[in-house]
Amino acid sequence: MNRTLYGNLIFELSKKGRKGYSLPQDYDRSHTTAELPEVLRRREAARLPECDELTVVRHYTNLSHNNFGVNDGFYPLGSCTMKYNPVINEEIAAMKAFAGLHPLQPADTCQGALEVYFNLQQSLAELAGLSEFTLNPCAGAHGELTGLMVIRAYHEANNETRNKVLIPDSAHGTNPASAAVCGLEVVEVKSLSDGTVDVDHLRQLLEEMGDQVAAMMMTNPNTLGIFEPRVLEITDMVHKAGGLMYYDGANLNALLGECRPGDMGFDVMHINLHKTFSTPHGGGGPGSGPVGVRKGLEQFLPSPRVVLVAPHTVPEGASAPIFTVDYGNVSPSTDEGAASSSPCSVGSFFGNFGVILKAYAYILSLGRENVKMVGPLATLNANYIKERLRDDYLLPIGGLCKHEVVFDGLVDKSTGVTTMDVAKRLLDYGYHAPTIYFPLLFHESLMIEPTENESKETIDAFIDVMHKIAAEAKTDPELVKSAPHNTPIGRVDDVLAAKQPVTTYWKTLQTSDL
Amino acid sequence: MNEKQTTKATAPLPGKEGQGSGAFKYFPHTEEDFREMLDAVGASSVHDLFADVPEAARFQRDYDLPQALSETDLRLFFEQLTHPVNAQQLVCFAGAGCYDHYAPSVVQNLIQRSEFLTSYTPYQAEISQGTLHYIFEYQSMIAELTGLDISNASMYDGSTATAEAMMMAWGNAKKATRVLVSETIDPKVRRVVDTYAHFHGVPLQLIPAKNGALDREALDKELAEGGVAGVIVQQPNYFGIIEDFTGIADAVHEQKGIFVINANPSDLAILKTPGEWGADVAVGEGQSLGIPMTFGGPGVGFMACTEKLIRKMPGRIVGQTLDNRGQRAFVLTLQAREQHIRRQKATSNICSNQSLMALYVTIYLSVMGKQGLREAAEMSYAGAHSLCDKLLATGKFHLTYPGQLFFNEFCVDYDGDLDALLAEATECGYLAGVKVGEKTLMIAVTEQRTPEEIEELVDILGKDIL
Repeated sequence: MNRTLYGNLIFELSKKGRKGYSLPQDYDRSHTTAELPEVLRRREAARLPECDELTVVRHYTNLSHNNFGVNDGFYPLGSCTMKYNPVINEEIAAMKAFAGLHPLQPADTCQGALEVYFNLQQSLAELAGLSEFTLNPCAGAHGELTGLMVIRAYHEANNETRNKVLIPDSAHGTNPASAAVCGLEVVEVKSLSDGTVDVDHLRQLLEEMGDQVAAMMMTNPNTLGIFEPRVLEITDMVHKAGGLMYYDGANLNALLGECRPGDMGFDVMHINLHKTFSTPHGGGGPGSGPVGVRKGLEQFLPSPRVVLVAPHTVPEGASAPIFTVDYGNVSPSTDEGAASSSPCSVGSFFGNFGVILKAYAYILSLGRENVKMVGPLATLNANYIKERLRDDYLLPIGGLCKHEVVFDGLVDKSTGVTTMDVAKRLLDYGYHAPTIYFPLLFHESLMIEPTENESKETIDAFIDVMHKIAAEAKTDPELVKSAPHNTPIGRVDDVLAAKQPVTTYWKTLQTSDL
Repeated sequence: MNEKQTTKATAPLPGKEGQGSGAFKYFPHTEEDFREMLDAVGASSVHDLFADVPEAARFQRDYDLPQALSETDLRLFFEQLTHPVNAQQLVCFAGAGCYDHYAPSVVQNLIQRSEFLTSYTPYQAEISQGTLHYIFEYQSMIAELTGLDISNASMYDGSTATAEAMMMAWGNAKKATRVLVSETIDPKVRRVVDTYAHFHGVPLQLIPAKNGALDREALDKELAEGGVAGVIVQQPNYFGIIEDFTGIADAVHEQKGIFVINANPSDLAILKTPGEWGADVAVGEGQSLGIPMTFGGPGVGFMACTEKLIRKMPGRIVGQTLDNRGQRAFVLTLQAREQHIRRQKATSNICSNQSLMALYVTIYLSVMGKQGLREAAEMSYAGAHSLCDKLLATGKFHLTYPGQLFFNEFCVDYDGDLDALLAEATECGYLAGVKVGEKTLMIAVTEQRTPEEIEELVDILGKDIL
């Protein structure tokens, strides 16, 4: 990463008359848009940049030098599972034969794509211990929402109006937000001091309102990286009250090889392919959030899904497709079935197929013999960090952690160095910061997730730097409080950004105070 | 089961089937590392680290998955799947929300830079200026294309962006009874809007179509009744028709509703912008900005709105600010709207964007620029109209919606067996369009289609088939 700021905006590099593209000139010009009535045309051309190709290439290359990715260094961002994004998967996803497929082309002309899609549906079901998956959702939060829709559709089909969803107070903010978007009322379940679900409180809630509970959402290991030891009891209690159990797959990485959500009694879940299955985060997306269900709930999944044509329907010797697309009872190109809300639809086409390709390539690369080592290795790395940092960093909850460990700031807080300061100082040493100030259970949360890809040397070096920062906090606290010093920019003024938002280049032309 | 547990207890590294050595290319741990790390945590095996998992929840067998493939075998596997028999590259005249536009070579190359590709959401502004900077540029370009003030950092796709706009309209309304949706929006998008509305509890009302376009009389009647939180239309509409929205914005605003236009951004090089139509919110699918079709995704949803609505808008937003050294810098802003702060009171549950595809669009628009986007749109328009003229001249087709203006996609009716005709075209290597009715074929033309391909498609579709 370049330590000096490259600050130009592409608009500032534009010069009238330059161009960076070339299009064929030989075409039938008997119609032009000038024939459209004026009322339908924009008054002025969009003020897009005018740049030659090299200017564009240098601009975005320079911008990339002000960015830090997994390939640049250790990225222990808790709860985000920043694992290595294998290069071969990019090669496969970029294959022209996939990139050139139209989503509505006949099934018999795209069997290869359908096979990958089908195989990933099946592989995820096996890995999760569930019956069926949809690959339609584009992100984890999208998956949560889809999963909750499935749950509501299930209760509706049973003529039940259950509108409450139980969510532990330690949950990610997306859980309650997804529930609200899905029209459900959030009821918080308290945590015990060790961060796990207060089962007595849960029991009390179920006694009070069990018949209104649509579901309970759970992350396991929870957001503190702790496995919920009473998970079987919890899923049983909720089931007995008639609710379904939703598994937030945010922390699934810890469990690969050791246990499956379906076996713990979960009915519906989502998986973040961009976490557990190594597809790149891309600065915030595209991700993919497949949703799986246990047997008996398949009919509530959104469409389209890819299905295997039952063997007996294929005439002998015919080259009929083996895989086909199940659009539910709706048509992909016409109005037919548009009014039906179940099965539901959560996207225009199949979801992020490019991401699906990468995830399946990853599963094939690992194979059954390596997939099962993912959870153990990630967990070993996290516990190793936990043991080696607990002298300088406050470990609020002892015992085993899973794939991530949460500290509550420095043990010695006497010099006023905060978690924010430690995080910023880490940037100076060439590390991405851990997740900070989440979970909310502690004031100075510092959540570290190393993933299975990190070597002992990388982790040891990180531990050394964490100790060094703890020492600096004692001997030279100002150095830490004023960090980062070694990055393209220093700490930013968040208040200024939010007070009078400037969110486009056009606005900068109108404001003079910046 | 017992035997397996014994194995686990004594050998920290389980034996690998089908592999000579214990190491795997994505796992750096050696036997020595294992022992040192296990010693440090006081465990004798990695499986001891799962002692807190109840026995009944433990997964005690191997996954039913294939064995690991070497990189060579992995390539072979995917090469076989992409063999022309399994992934036929058809000359694409299909659209219906996914278009085969020109993708400049530099775009794909630049978005693959690992600093962009392998980074997370830019929470740490100091080491994420690259991402924040391009999102700021993206927002500027989307605002300019749509003629609105504000754009968010992007959304999943056009359908979910439209659904978010529907919920935004509903959430914004004080006293409303429904959101109106034009029947001429893409049925796939409508289905997503319907789904979200059903669960979010938003009553929707469909405004019917007349000759392929929104029935203005029906709309005016509904608006006259009042209680409208928002109106959602599409431009060009699903059937490719350019609709005239004159007067809608005023009527919607009179009852404090929100006017939402789902627009095709590539056509916005030429067509009147949502802002010029008086829309409060513009949404749509950005795939037409040169993103490869890739079987329908990833694309990118966009959403823009007026300044007035900025705090109601879902999704990430990047803003300009200063750092403590006085430099211009960019940062995620207005996060008080978002789920990690507001939890169930957030404007939406979305907590990411389609960042890399937003980068794609930003670089595409930088390369194409002011002239290129217009030129591509002109070519698409010219190609579609040329093809339409030629098809009508065969005498086998007639316009489904006579008298309507279209941009680069149009519907024609065919009197013969349309399925057989489409199958014949596929045989010839052509995806002739999308069947949208018993007799109706919807055809899209982009700047990628050569005059020769257009001629050949006319030959295929115009000839007599038995």
